[in-house]
Amino acid sequence: MPKRTDIKSILIIGSGPIVIGQGCEFDYSGAQACKVLRQEGYRVILINSNPATIMTDPEMADATYIEPITPEYIEAIIAKERPDAILPTMGGQTALNAAMKLNELGILEKYGVELIGAKPDAIKRAEDREEFLATMTAIGLEMARGGFVKTTDEAMQLIDLVGFPAIIRPSFTLGGTGGGIAWNLEEFRDIVQKGLDASPVTQVLVEESVIGWKEFELEVMRDMADNVVIICSIENFDPMGVHTGDSITVAPAQTLSDKEYQKMRDAAIKVIRAIGVDTGGSNIQFAVNPADGRMLVIEMNPRVSRSSALASKATGFPIAKIAAKLAVGYSLDEIPNDITKLTPSCFEPTIDYCVVKIPRWDFEKFKGIEATSSQLGVQMKSVGEVMAFGRTFKEAFQKAIRSLEQSRYGLGSDGKDEFEIDEMSDVEKIRTMEIIRERLGQRRSDMIFTIRYAMKLGMSREQIFDITKIDPWFLNQLEQIVRREGELRQAAALV
Amino acid sequence: MKKQARLVLENGVVFHGAAFGATGKDRTGGEVVFTTSITGYQEILTDPSYAGQIVTMTNPLIGNYGANNDDLESRKPFVSGFIIRELAEEYSNWRSTESISSFLSENNILAIEGIDTRKLVRILRSQGALRGIVTTESVSDKAILDEVQKLPIMTGLDLTKGVTTSEAYEIAGTLANAPHVVVIDYGIKQNILRKLTAHGAKLTVMPSTVTYDEIKDRKPDGIFLSNGPGDPEAVTDGIETVKHLVEGKKYPIFGICLGNQLLSLALGGETYKLKFGHRGANHPVKNLETGKIEITSQNHGFCVNWDTMPDSCELTHLNLNDNTVEGFRHKELPIFAVQYHPEASPGPHESDYLFTQFMQTLA
Repeated sequence: MPKRTDIKSILIIGSGPIVIGQGCEFDYSGAQACKVLRQEGYRVILINSNPATIMTDPEMADATYIEPITPEYIEAIIAKERPDAILPTMGGQTALNAAMKLNELGILEKYGVELIGAKPDAIKRAEDREEFLATMTAIGLEMARGGFVKTTDEAMQLIDLVGFPAIIRPSFTLGGTGGGIAWNLEEFRDIVQKGLDASPVTQVLVEESVIGWKEFELEVMRDMADNVVIICSIENFDPMGVHTGDSITVAPAQTLSDKEYQKMRDAAIKVIRAIGVDTGGSNIQFAVNPADGRMLVIEMNPRVSRSSALASKATGFPIAKIAAKLAVGYSLDEIPNDITKLTPSCFEPTIDYCVVKIPRWDFEKFKGIEATSSQLGVQMKSVGEVMAFGRTFKEAFQKAIRSLEQSRYGLGSDGKDEFEIDEMSDVEKIRTMEIIRERLGQRRSDMIFTIRYAMKLGMSREQIFDITKIDPWFLNQLEQIVRREGELRQAAALV
Repeated sequence: MKKQARLVLENGVVFHGAAFGATGKDRTGGEVVFTTSITGYQEILTDPSYAGQIVTMTNPLIGNYGANNDDLESRKPFVSGFIIRELAEEYSNWRSTESISSFLSENNILAIEGIDTRKLVRILRSQGALRGIVTTESVSDKAILDEVQKLPIMTGLDLTKGVTTSEAYEIAGTLANAPHVVVIDYGIKQNILRKLTAHGAKLTVMPSTVTYDEIKDRKPDGIFLSNGPGDPEAVTDGIETVKHLVEGKKYPIFGICLGNQLLSLALGGETYKLKFGHRGANHPVKNLETGKIEITSQNHGFCVNWDTMPDSCELTHLNLNDNTVEGFRHKELPIFAVQYHPEASPGPHESDYLFTQFMQTLA
């Protein structure tokens, strides 16, 4: 399909200020979209409240508005510029939320502006938990077991289905206050009651816990002709329970057989079609039970996401750029591949290397909450990330640690250790082991170094897995690095 | 200590690495090829179409999820050898029962790891598939190179007889009045049989040397021509039988991979050897009838030359990477075939509709 000629001007919504949980990756995607759409001859109008971005540079758009990303300001811009369409999928959640608000307020209808990339009903299906669950059930995909309840009695009826530990999330409370994890009936009853009290609509979500399960993501693209391709598979080093933005992630997925990967691929294709994202990229997250392979859909982002940036760099497939072209009507086979120039973009990249992303935290900037804030959870705390390539996981991993610029030169062996285990007496080792065991159980940001100490203290892979649920394949990779360190130390002693 | 091993290519390039799998074996020779599949090494090892070939994985990290008893595409691995960048020291997957190294060892397949597979693939892409030997022996490179030169070249080789079933056998259908398909086994992948039965057929699988009369005696409703190894032009008895089947105008026919090539040859077309073949699970193919793109699983070194095909046939599928023939249909008869692997395993599942299409032709 050729590009659309019924639209002449497009408004792109940026992602606003850079905050923790939403990095500068959306500046990159927005800037790409501006460039591509201008090249295609469209008049590009941009709104972003953050002047410290590349996309707000004067030459990027035909008209740039550095204004708050609120319905009022956007409406004023629409009234003045009269764009034919809005592309809301390049500016992260901020842009998507703004577009949904414009739709709800009838502003899109009033000015006859079309959302391109993702339509309001598709965005709603992806973002509203109940609608998403209903859609997944309709296409035969499983999500975590559970349901919404309004009384403790209803909750008690769900507990057999959900099992322990059970997750309780009150509806519509800020930051999930009043929720928690219950390990037994008594706690369950208690937390449900508190959750119901905290919820303005007296409703809680009771859900099976998938903490410790393996976490995967697929980056998917779809065009107007309904062609769907998977750009990249990503496996999280950290299991479910740590926010993806705070997880070490690896591309491609390392521990899935073809049968399991294809099952996930089929599911991802079904999801993007059922949710109805017309064109562009989406990110779909899955949890897999390491004990029996049971696969659950966790969530979907119907837009360019943090992981799209990672997938683009990892594979060389420019997701934001292609997504912008798909939004104006091109199909994947009409867009040339950026790398080969000769073949079309309608393919699935395959890579002969391993990519490792490691987040970077800056806890010293959060004064007063230092001690607990280095513990990771469902809320993202990292302020940036590094990514490294290698022909092996070990190579990429070591390069990534160096790139963090936190004066570590790899997994230890750099004279920067907190514990000098090789120098310790047996008594000191026992004492240190207690500290290390405790730290392994707290999802701290220095987990990889803690694992190294644990290994040096003689803990087995099985023992570390039991506490951390980090896949034994990844643990063995670290073990190989630690073992090589030992060999080098011994060799040096021989000289 | 890992046992040292070498890969010697016919152009004289030597790679040094470590042996795994059947490390007690002195050497193994074959055509060195590569696949871009990220997952599915066990399916690849047991795909009979790889007979006579030493397979290189472009994905550098192999063995991570071990091996199991379910991901087999035939009774045993048929590759001559296996080349990877790094073998997993430990595997991790809830389905795995053993390591890939012990699986290869039990099946007497010699493999090599720790070589620069990126460099190797660059050589194969620029010079085409090359003959090579993987060896654990401590003899000179020159002596091994002499042995490499003596290996047969793939063009002109009929390898189907080494991989086909020795006896005909039946697979019952799930439905009472299931249509009956005679499957000619040139080295069939198990997943094709699973797909045909899942789509409601009952099957009689027959050896590659089966004659037209033997097929007729089974009173089939349709014929399936399987994938298989080697040069299609060398499978002369197969071409002869397919010619009979086509000329008889009696049966719907569906071919995959080698089956596609044999059908083309029987219809009067010609095949040729591709420089380095198509092997992987990420090949884009355009369905010319629907305009849709399928991401396909492929494994073929030979290809149909469309210019030589008769006017009675029309092109239905095209490879978007190099515009080669990926499928065709007969304009009047219920005969069609694809060069790629709709049964996947390993690879994407989106071409499954071809099995539905075949079932619809069986009255």
